[in-house]
Amino acid sequence: MTITINHFLILSFLLFAIGFFGVLVRRNFLTVLMSIELMLNAVNINFIAFSRRLSDLTGQVFSVFVITIAAGEAAIGLALTISLFRQRKTLNVEEANTMKG
Amino acid sequence: MGAAEAAGSALLTGVAGWLFVGFALLILGTAIAVVWSKNPVHSALFLLASFLLVACVFILEEAEFVGAVQILVYAGGIMVLFLFVIMLVHQRTAAGTPAFQHQWDIALLLLPVFLIPFLYILGTEKFTDIARNPDAFRAVAGRVIGNTEAVSWLMFRDYLLPFEVASVFLLVAMIGAVVLGKRSFEKVD
Repeated sequence: MTITINHFLILSFLLFAIGFFGVLVRRNFLTVLMSIELMLNAVNINFIAFSRRLSDLTGQVFSVFVITIAAGEAAIGLALTISLFRQRKTLNVEEANTMKG
Repeated sequence: MGAAEAAGSALLTGVAGWLFVGFALLILGTAIAVVWSKNPVHSALFLLASFLLVACVFILEEAEFVGAVQILVYAGGIMVLFLFVIMLVHQRTAAGTPAFQHQWDIALLLLPVFLIPFLYILGTEKFTDIARNPDAFRAVAGRVIGNTEAVSWLMFRDYLLPFEVASVFLLVAMIGAVVLGKRSFEKVD
């Protein structure tokens, strides 16, 4: 089986779509954060695949930076989760609607 | 296939190709399970499996350093953080409340909006599939040493400023997480 760049693009597209769907539809704030991590992973797959096809290491360096951002984002997001839970006693994103217009 | 092998740089053929197919299917399966599971602990464990499988794909693509970082940071750091927070905010999962919001059908309708441009690009663009310089991942200045050394050379020579900015970012994120997690907002309003 010969794998081309198109297979990588399809994989990362589907992974990104699943993560995006999770962000849009899940009620639980923790699962929304996990879906964001899925989307970042999809982007990293593209970086790595194109890095190899173009024989350029920059893609790998950038995916390391993306992983760094993901770590910071997870820390902030989970701190927000704890803060939300303290205030509302729930993780349902539909109940965090104080600023709803 | 013949042309690519004649160039000596056929990417992911044979067993490696089937391995990629298996990893890709497992990644998509675990990702769907992450979004589908009602229990956040199950979601977190499926997410862990997904991270490890993505690391396998990275290693298959000769990005060994990024694969190792993926395992260390995601599976070692972020997953522990997630499980820790799940235990900390242990919520009584109400059996009656559905896991999905009511607009899930609209979200599903959004899929073609993204799928059509994607398929258009996939059909029209011709991306290269032959690595011109297969040793680019392991070589520094013509000498073949290893993927980790090559990445670190590039990172500390050409991308030193972004690296330092990333470290400042992590510091800010750490302070922000401490402040957000520590302070009680109950008396504010």
